[in-house]
Amino acid sequence: MKSATSGTVFRACDIDKSFPGVQALSAVDFDLRAGEVHALVGENGAGKSTLMSIIAGVQKPDSGQMCLYEQQYEPNGRADAEAHGIRMVMQELHLISNLSVAENIFIEKLPNRFGIIDYDKLNGAARKIMKQVGLGDVDPDVPVRLLGVGQQQMVEIAAGLSRRCRILVLDEPTASLTDREIELLFTQIRKLKAEGVGIIYISHRIEEVTRIADRVTVLRDGKVISTNPTSELSVSDIILMMVGRDLEHEQLRHGSKAGQVALRVVGLTRGRKVRDVSFEVRRGEILGVVGLMGSGRTETMRAVFGADRPDSGKIFLYGAGEPVEIRMPRDAVRNGIALVTEDRKEQGLLSALAVRVNISLTRLRDVSRFGWMDIAEEQSVADRYIAALGIRCSSNEQTVGELSGGNQQKVVIAKWLYRDCDVLIFDEPTRGIDVGAKFEIYHMLAELAEKGKAVIVVSSDTKELMAVCDRIMVMSAGRVAATFGRNEWSQEKIMSAAFSEYVGV
Amino acid sequence: MRKKIIKKSIADLPAFVTDYIGMALALALLLVIFGLSARNFFTLTTFRTIANQVPDITIVAVGMTFVLIIAGIDLSVGSVMALAGAVLGLSLVEFNFPLPAAIVMCLAVGILCGAANGLVIVRWRLPAFIVTLGMLEIARGGAYLVTESRTIYIGGPVEVITDASILGFSLPFIVAVAIVVAGQLVLSRTVFGRYLIAIGTNEEAVRLSGIDPRPLKLAVFVLCGFLTSIAAVIHTARLSSANPNAGYGLELQAIAAVVIGGTSLMGGRGSVVSSFFGVLIIAVLGTGLAQIGAQESTKRLITGCVIVAAVILDHYRHRIRKSQKQVLVSAKAKP
Ligand SMILES: Nc1ncnc2c1ncn2[C@@H]1O[C@H](COP(=O)(O)OP(=O)(O)OP(=O)(O)O)[C@@H](O)[C@H]1O
Ligand SMILES: [Mg+2]
Repeated sequence: MKSATSGTVFRACDIDKSFPGVQALSAVDFDLRAGEVHALVGENGAGKSTLMSIIAGVQKPDSGQMCLYEQQYEPNGRADAEAHGIRMVMQELHLISNLSVAENIFIEKLPNRFGIIDYDKLNGAARKIMKQVGLGDVDPDVPVRLLGVGQQQMVEIAAGLSRRCRILVLDEPTASLTDREIELLFTQIRKLKAEGVGIIYISHRIEEVTRIADRVTVLRDGKVISTNPTSELSVSDIILMMVGRDLEHEQLRHGSKAGQVALRVVGLTRGRKVRDVSFEVRRGEILGVVGLMGSGRTETMRAVFGADRPDSGKIFLYGAGEPVEIRMPRDAVRNGIALVTEDRKEQGLLSALAVRVNISLTRLRDVSRFGWMDIAEEQSVADRYIAALGIRCSSNEQTVGELSGGNQQKVVIAKWLYRDCDVLIFDEPTRGIDVGAKFEIYHMLAELAEKGKAVIVVSSDTKELMAVCDRIMVMSAGRVAATFGRNEWSQEKIMSAAFSEYVGV
Repeated sequence: MRKKIIKKSIADLPAFVTDYIGMALALALLLVIFGLSARNFFTLTTFRTIANQVPDITIVAVGMTFVLIIAGIDLSVGSVMALAGAVLGLSLVEFNFPLPAAIVMCLAVGILCGAANGLVIVRWRLPAFIVTLGMLEIARGGAYLVTESRTIYIGGPVEVITDASILGFSLPFIVAVAIVVAGQLVLSRTVFGRYLIAIGTNEEAVRLSGIDPRPLKLAVFVLCGFLTSIAAVIHTARLSSANPNAGYGLELQAIAAVVIGGTSLMGGRGSVVSSFFGVLIIAVLGTGLAQIGAQESTKRLITGCVIVAAVILDHYRHRIRKSQKQVLVSAKAKP
């Protein structure tokens, strides 16, 4: 194996790629050196994933050349790219949900003897890799569908790391990871780097990029704006190049005028994931929820929403003395509760259908008359939200599955904004969303609170929450470990609360 | 370059044309082939035969389209048709019910069978394939039971249904076409239809959008059972008798017709009008082949090939349709 040198291992010249109605990439040049982390940043829909999927053989460019070790490189499918030593961890999850974690990690090469899987060897090897990425406390035997989105993402990463490769592409690996897991991932990246593997790293978390990357390429509207060594750039330089304007880093909220208690949860319990959770949110307030991966944040919100039936616990709405019974999401929505789910592909979107259909789904009654669809009205509703959230699509008729990851996320948000609920729960609302749009989404959350809605935001990005929330609830091992007000919190306090229930177990 | 231009000009056609043009062309092609190779193909008798044959299977295919759209399947339609027909015959012959009352009985059987399918599938979250396979046996057994395994001859009382005609079209044919039109409108223009497409695309996402998919799924199976019993009335009337072996293999014919029409077995995509074309293609193929003297074995061989070819063609049609949508849209976006 060659040691870390600065020789260029991969080069793409003049790559063009268009989809009907959009020029996703135009005349893109990109190169990668051995042992380097080359970050690729840009707004949602800038063309990052498209460029990477071309490199990884998933799609073919319309024109342009690629060279790998000074040789013409024209991958014929993903398997061919992998045979050339190029691996990619995709933005959207591609796990087989009924197979175990270990099987998913080694799916391409299951250790076997005459076709019979050697489970001891498989699970042993999986355990080793899982420990490296911070999945040490997960059993390699459990089916992937039982894991949360963050953990699934780590399984994807583990699968990416499991095979030797010369170039590793990571498309938004950290979108739903918390700080602890990100550190573990960085350790792995540094190790690969030292072995001379070239790494392409896509992320919307710019600070992360400045920490790990050697060079940064900024993509905007399918064109390369610049490629620079990271040492020459500051965070705001990068954002300026990405977005083309400056984002003011203001404090988003200045004290709230919290009103009536909109949602009060008492003693909510579901299995071992949610244990005796009680909290409340007022109208006009934004409550942040943080916790390590697997701390029960998502499970709590799903139980409140009726997506899973809780074992026990009461939910009081809008100051009523009697608890409401929420047996399924329909009951929750009828009572004015909305949940923007974490896993957009599986739980949020009708990927094969048009943007318009997705946005109107929650409130078809208002785009129909006596059961008949009013398509014109539906389109105008969709256009309104496309404009309001800046969703990049060729029109409201475009299939959602064709949109870039961040724009899909905006469609999920749009659909719930249209429903106009009083209690809005957002589970990782900014997952995969670029800095500019993230800022707009937090603005929007603030506006919702301003209008008297009660807002709950679950996020793995504590800094973001501190900018927008009135209170932050910290969960640890299924319990509420602490709740901090605006003047009481600090990153250290939040972190130690997040670990509190795990200490001494 | 030229390829692009061709693509573009296909793309400029209005949507409904590309939706149905392929099917209409295939049908026309079959007519031309048989018109040239069989001497007496283009005669009134041929078309009468076809128009006589298709109403019952068309109506079943409409129900099957709805079931497939929610990613379900109904294997029991053939047996349910036999059972409903048997009850119709029994009511008329044994109990001397007046025709309207007997028809109500028959429709009730279809609705009950559909409801039973739907309830079990929804309540215990079982795969429709297995549940309706069970119903296939149950209803067939029921049909033998009530008829004591004999064909019940009815004659006059039901023949009024097939004898009635408007503008030269028989009543069953008109009913079938009306159901096709209504079915297409429900699917593409109503909230109910929209929910069904959404459920077929991603049921969990629908549930998490605050919509309970269970009553909707139940309604689809009830609808399918109901339509099957209408088909039973027509089928029984055509044969003037209730046969417990009626509708043998009907489920596969209906699925074939629906799939030829481009409805996806995976759910979320389909069209009732296209299913009707599918029925017509199979019927024309059958009649035509019979006229040129093909054996039953050849007929089945060819029909099988047509089904597979249709699905492959549909794959390409879908791609064209997609790029067409995009081009239309981008043309609209920059006026
Ligand atoms: N299969 C497809 N069909 C049509 N358009 C597509 C398809 N795939 C991508 N696009 C379009 O190409 C553009 C670039 O998409 P891409 O996924 O590369 O963006 P991205 O930079 O990865 O964004 P994000 O940060 O949101 O993931 C977008 O406008 C997108 O809508
Ligand atoms: Mg992307």
